[in-house]
Amino acid sequence: MNFWAGFFGSGPVQTALVVGGGAAVVSGVIGVFTIIRGQSFAGHALADVSSAGGAASFLLGINPLFGFLAMAALAGGAMELAGVRRAQERDLVTGIVLGAGLGLTALFLYLDVTTGSMTGAAISVMFGSMFAIPAAVIPLASLTGVLALAVTGFIYQPLLLCSLDASLARVRGINVRLIGLLHLLVLSLAVTLSAMTIGAILSTALLIGPAAAALRIARRPAAAIGVAVAIGLAATWGGILLAYDSFYWTPGHGWPVSFFIVTIIFVVYVCSGLRRV
Amino acid sequence: MLGMDDMLAVEGVSVAFPGRLVLDRVSFSLARGAFCGLIGSNGSGKTTLLRTILGIETPSAGTIRIAPPASVGYVPQKINFDPDMPLRARDLIALGLDGHKFGFSLPLKSRRALVDEMLAAVDATGFADQRIGNLSGGQQQRVLIAHALIRRPQLLLLDEPLANLDLRAVAEIILLLRRLSQEHGITVLVSAHDMNPLLPVMDRIVYLANGKAASGSTADVVRTETLSALYGYHIDVIRVHGRVLVIAAGAPDEVEQKLDAHPAHVAAIP
Repeated sequence: MNFWAGFFGSGPVQTALVVGGGAAVVSGVIGVFTIIRGQSFAGHALADVSSAGGAASFLLGINPLFGFLAMAALAGGAMELAGVRRAQERDLVTGIVLGAGLGLTALFLYLDVTTGSMTGAAISVMFGSMFAIPAAVIPLASLTGVLALAVTGFIYQPLLLCSLDASLARVRGINVRLIGLLHLLVLSLAVTLSAMTIGAILSTALLIGPAAAALRIARRPAAAIGVAVAIGLAATWGGILLAYDSFYWTPGHGWPVSFFIVTIIFVVYVCSGLRRV
Repeated sequence: MLGMDDMLAVEGVSVAFPGRLVLDRVSFSLARGAFCGLIGSNGSGKTTLLRTILGIETPSAGTIRIAPPASVGYVPQKINFDPDMPLRARDLIALGLDGHKFGFSLPLKSRRALVDEMLAAVDATGFADQRIGNLSGGQQQRVLIAHALIRRPQLLLLDEPLANLDLRAVAEIILLLRRLSQEHGITVLVSAHDMNPLLPVMDRIVYLANGKAASGSTADVVRTETLSALYGYHIDVIRVHGRVLVIAAGAPDEVEQKLDAHPAHVAAIP
């Protein structure tokens, strides 16, 4: 009893449960479309590039969510402006934007550590620090999540049709380019949220892992989204619980939440392969 | 001009891509209920012509007229459905009804009944709940046809629906298309690089070569004079057991001169 009271009574745990849960829901929904559209690499790149914004916000002393958001939106815009049609070229542009973004991350993290003596910044930006998320982030994070879900819900059917085949969508008068742009925007919101929680490097795991497992299990798009959200929530909340408990395993310091979340997702993904549709 | 009994009129349509004239003043018309084959080799502009009729490509000259209400169904060229795509055959057909609408569609009984009706119309009821990516090529074609039919189009365009299918599936798809055309009076325009499977069912042919088109009955179009004029060099049309072989007996003159240096028998099948 004492354990649960301590767990749910802790302010940092409450914030982690709320922000992490929100990130898991949004990532689950958007992740399904990201995989269907073959944009897993773009999702990963957006998250990595957003880390430059996260690193810069430590320097400027602003809410890191702003930094992550601004950089992810910028990178998404750059990828879309390149406007390439072939998948191979798209990967190329994504890779180039990714390289440039990570260069900025290197610079900002170096400055964080050398001039600001914020030694925790690198770990926090790249691998997340859920128990260090300020409660003040919750309103903006919620707004970001709700916006991402609302846009996805609005374009749900046209997005499905575009993801299946562009010409099927075009004959129905759907603006395929606009739908693609909206999805990329929503994708940047999703990776920003998960970068905030489990770190820029690991956010792909939350975006792709639960959705990939769900696609192996579910036969309908709505079911796949539901399963992805459930797996993401279970992994995130389970990870928070285990990390909280790990303070008792090794006295003096706990284990990182991100490690547990990613491990749970990995195990679920491997198990989902055992039950293919 | 669109005649009283015409479903579609293509009038002097040219389509230019950078550095290439894909269609050069193509004209033909289709009567209501016609079953027409759009025949030509790969790269002859079949897909471009279909996309122009659909309004996806803009012609640089000419006009497309479709009898009102211009309701057109479309089955695109082979789509590679990922086996991981979480979409059942019935979901893809339902997207034909409201895939362009924003927001969600309510799972109404009438909507489900309509999807069931389409599944039955293309003999797809047996695999309605399977993932689209796990179906065979012929089964996927049936589902795509139902996706195109659910809005009850008057004109149905199909881009190479017989490509990559085994012989049995080819025969089944052709029978299905003929039945739909006869039972519902739908005008069908189906493209193919091989006209032979379509010979028993098509009552009209549009033959594309060099960006130009010849159209009419199969007997009028598929003969040496018409096709030689279309290709710009001599073509032999050979009929064997009800099948047609279109053969370029030699190469065009300018190529022939170069080949003279290396004499060899050259037979190109366009």
